[in-house]
Amino acid sequence: MHVPDGFLDAPTSVATGLVAAGTVALALRGARRELDERTAPLAGLTAAFVFAVQMMNFPVGAGTSGHLIGGALTAVLVGPWTAVLCMTVVLVVQAVLFADGGLTALGTNITLMGLVAVALGYGVSRLLVRLLPRTRTGVLAGAGVGAFLSVPAAALAFVGLFAVGGVADVSLGAVAATMGGIHLLIGLGEAAITVAVLSAVLTVRPDLVHGAAHLRRPSDLAPRPLTAPAAGGAR
Amino acid sequence: MSRRNRGFLVAGLLLALLIAGVGSYYASSSPDGLEWSAEEEGFGSTAEDSATAGSPLADYAVDGVDDGRLSGGLAGVIGVAVTLALAGGLTLVLRRRTGAAPGAGDLADAPGAPVAADRAG
Repeated sequence: MHVPDGFLDAPTSVATGLVAAGTVALALRGARRELDERTAPLAGLTAAFVFAVQMMNFPVGAGTSGHLIGGALTAVLVGPWTAVLCMTVVLVVQAVLFADGGLTALGTNITLMGLVAVALGYGVSRLLVRLLPRTRTGVLAGAGVGAFLSVPAAALAFVGLFAVGGVADVSLGAVAATMGGIHLLIGLGEAAITVAVLSAVLTVRPDLVHGAAHLRRPSDLAPRPLTAPAAGGAR
Repeated sequence: MSRRNRGFLVAGLLLALLIAGVGSYYASSSPDGLEWSAEEEGFGSTAEDSATAGSPLADYAVDGVDDGRLSGGLAGVIGVAVTLALAGGLTLVLRRRTGAAPGAGDLADAPGAPVAADRAG
């Protein structure tokens, strides 16, 4: 999914650079609310883990491969704003040190994988968590579906950028069909890895998972204590 | 940091290092979804080399290390370490400091935060 230099023209790359910069600026504020003494080290580890797993391209048939994006997984583990920052760090390291993804395309890649994949993956997972039973399975199902949809969503967002600022003169409908189709398949891998990793973390440290906070409120298990409203109002 | 937290973080880091340092050698080298689509639809040739293509770590290989397994594994380990340092440093700077923040003690004692009690047990 890493967009190289050259696919998009300069104005589009500048525009996505501005979108990425704005998103990161907002995330720097938002992440303060998500990070505390316990979760900050987990966020650093999550970024390093996403970097590692992104190296593991899996075959998806037809001589093609895919790899985890990790936007949905990171958002459910550490919160959406922190996820934007984690994905941005991963993409900067990849572009600067490893020439994976273009340098002028860095804003594009942050927009696609740090913003679109995180926002859609997290949004879908939260929506499903509301609709599904408040259980561990509900959290896993929400994250799995969010992860699955985040991949074609990021692919189609690229097609949208390509429609505006693609350098090559090719059929947009064909690009959309090819990109959308192959990334639906890659999305299945994204969902499988997301559910496997999240399930493992939920087994050993459910208390660290941002997207499972609603599972550990005592109000879910017992009648709300009388002191709860007062404590809630103080916050 | 509690011993339980440290254990979890060390285990997670070891797994990441194992994946990047050893597992990545066995990753598929086929073009990814975007590269493949670009070739299929005829715009793959518009890709240009990144300004960092001359980096000593370009394409997940370490300059001067001839053994492919070692070169890729070393690149992966360096990438995990750099990512951990940058992302970990950033999130540590941004985190709420429980000791300094006024009222933070109330939060930890609130019935909505059984986590602290769990950890103590």
